[in-house]
Amino acid sequence: MIVALVDTLIPKDDVGPGGVEVGVPIFIDHELAGAYGRGARMFLNGPFSEGTPQQGYQLPLPPADLYRVGIADLNAWCAKTRGGKTFDQLSTADRTAALKALEAGQAEFAQIPSRTFFSMLLQNTMEGYFADPMYGGNRNSAVWTMIGFPGAIGMYADVLEQYRNKQYVVAPQSIEDLS
Amino acid sequence: MSTKLKAADIVIVGLGWTGGILAKELADTGLKIVVLERGKPRETNPDFMYPNVHDELKYAQRHELMQDVSRETLTFRNNSNQTALPMRQLGSFLPGEGVGGAGVHWNGVTWRWLPWDHEPEKMTLARYGKSAIPEGMQLQDWGVSYDELEPYYDKFEYLCGVAGKAGNLAGNKIDGGNVFEGSRKREYPNPPMIQSHPGALFEKAARTLGYHPFPGPSANMSQPYVNPDGVAFGACHYCGYCERFGCEVNAKASAHFTVIPLAAAKKNVEIRTDSRVMKVNLDAAQKRAESVTYLDAAGREFEQPGDLVIMAAYALGNVHLMLLSGIGKPYDPTTGTGVVGRNYAYQIGSGANVFFDEKTWMNPFMGAGALSMNIDDFNTGSFDHLKEGFIGGGGISTPSAGGRPIGFRPVPPETPAWGTDWKRAVVRHYNHTLAVINQGSVMSYRQNYLDLDPTYRDGYGRPLMRMTFDFQENEQKQANFIADICVKIGQAMGGERVVRRGAPQRYSIVPYQSTHNTGGAVMGTDPTKSALNPFSQSWDVSNVFVTGACAFPQNAGKNPTGPVGALALRTADSIKRYLKNPGPLAPA
Repeated sequence: MIVALVDTLIPKDDVGPGGVEVGVPIFIDHELAGAYGRGARMFLNGPFSEGTPQQGYQLPLPPADLYRVGIADLNAWCAKTRGGKTFDQLSTADRTAALKALEAGQAEFAQIPSRTFFSMLLQNTMEGYFADPMYGGNRNSAVWTMIGFPGAIGMYADVLEQYRNKQYVVAPQSIEDLS
Repeated sequence: MSTKLKAADIVIVGLGWTGGILAKELADTGLKIVVLERGKPRETNPDFMYPNVHDELKYAQRHELMQDVSRETLTFRNNSNQTALPMRQLGSFLPGEGVGGAGVHWNGVTWRWLPWDHEPEKMTLARYGKSAIPEGMQLQDWGVSYDELEPYYDKFEYLCGVAGKAGNLAGNKIDGGNVFEGSRKREYPNPPMIQSHPGALFEKAARTLGYHPFPGPSANMSQPYVNPDGVAFGACHYCGYCERFGCEVNAKASAHFTVIPLAAAKKNVEIRTDSRVMKVNLDAAQKRAESVTYLDAAGREFEQPGDLVIMAAYALGNVHLMLLSGIGKPYDPTTGTGVVGRNYAYQIGSGANVFFDEKTWMNPFMGAGALSMNIDDFNTGSFDHLKEGFIGGGGISTPSAGGRPIGFRPVPPETPAWGTDWKRAVVRHYNHTLAVINQGSVMSYRQNYLDLDPTYRDGYGRPLMRMTFDFQENEQKQANFIADICVKIGQAMGGERVVRRGAPQRYSIVPYQSTHNTGGAVMGTDPTKSALNPFSQSWDVSNVFVTGACAFPQNAGKNPTGPVGALALRTADSIKRYLKNPGPLAPA
């Protein structure tokens, strides 16, 4: 399911690597299984109410539970609106259309607001795609290579002036590469 | 069950910049000083070692160095008709936790606020008269002028090794520095940093438009430095991992390797980490602080008696502790009475994203937290703001703080947030875009305030603090006016496309904006409008001094750490006077 979602958000194409191929689903699995997924640094005391958009996230669910509930809701919504199929059974075009509906808040989920699930999924997908490879995504620093980000290196005092308005090409290095 | 400890002379709550400065400065008195810090001990080695500290996910996204809101947070609403709800995860601002506080993960931008920022009421009345001040705006002076603070600004700049260029040396205006700054007695301790390409573009464009560009004052070292206390700093690598990170080479001034070790080396100073203060205990008449109750790492409760209590937590933490302890009368916006929680303010942002052709290389990953080019032509007091329909102003800059890709992925506004078209836009624009930003001042208003929440409690059973805040029309006019200036600068830079970012409609606690919260326990000369006298002393409980940005009666168009440091140094001098003859330093 996560593979299907990530593959829709960041497909493999002529621009650069896909989210699945660089390990983003593995990143998300790791994150959800750890402190972040359990909401270790979130305030989860009640009472709970919806609030305004300006008041931010107000569900009692830490990220791992939001995914569990969100995926169940997504599949139920897909089954209802798309001929009995779960999300991962949809065609590429239908998956894209489904996620656009979530993003726009137009998908009626049974338990939670679809947009809340979507925005956490998108955030975590981007984190995994661009984070240091040691977290399981951005395998071989392929995403950093794609955009020209040198990674964890960070030694530019001697080149900053020289490379003003010039392309600076180096092979990106991760924390592991430099350790 | 509380264990009562042996009395100290001075108890300091919090060990960031202000607690560290106070502990170090007061250590010379020989008095017994106990410092209580809720977080853990931290040192550059091993906590911020390369390459591990260059980890965007851990530090920038998961907030490794910041307040853990599962334990302590606040509730928020835009106005008093709403029900406030908890800030369940960090967003809009990022208070620190642990030794060094937010001063470990700051950028190092070290301003002197402009003279206007210290005396806005006096200057507004003199220039425009009383009718200029909008209904509900609670414009107030500090009770301390810029000139009185100047020696302390100077001392803090030399403590921090600030790199910059003077624009007003003893009244002489100097081209290339900030000609709008208040008069300074001497130059910065270090020369300006090496400018990035975005900074160079900003400088040229601003000059073309007749403005007065200058390099931002930076506590990232432009060269190796030894401060007057003998503390050595390394030279900045321009690594781009500054804001939200610790610095592996001590090139970014921080209390954790400057004032704090100096204080800790003194026999009469004892630092207790993992010591979370719950309350300051007052005598029956509520006139005198007697002790501080705190929990240690194991959750055991202790009572630490002391003759003098210094509140040196983050701005919001100080106000919360005052409300919980009954120090000063809580502010009531319906009657306008009370002072604790009054005049809470924030900042407002606007600006322009400037997209360039593919032949213009920004190298956004090369940067430093405080590397920037700026103009103050439209900052508070620099121009006829009332002609434009508002009070205040903003600092305009192009920062080069480091283009780390989880957080920095500029794309034109019509770009989708995912999919192939999104990816193509990220690749196209990552190295060819810069921002011109407004850091806008926010004045204080009758309806924006802090108090205790009636419903929610923290992990220790204490009421959370409640923040009631929204942007007002005066600030929105300012942010929109300055956004137009930012667009002009972007166009003069030669950008292919300049996208304006206007004033936000409402304040939201969700996206990061700035850790520049001010007010709530402000200083001033009138005890009905301020919680502290001009010497940072509680009007009501004279053996309590309060430091930090909570003392600022309104917010400015500049980062607050410069005045926070300067004021802490001045507070140390005030406390030394107090210790000779304990009692109120100003008549109520």
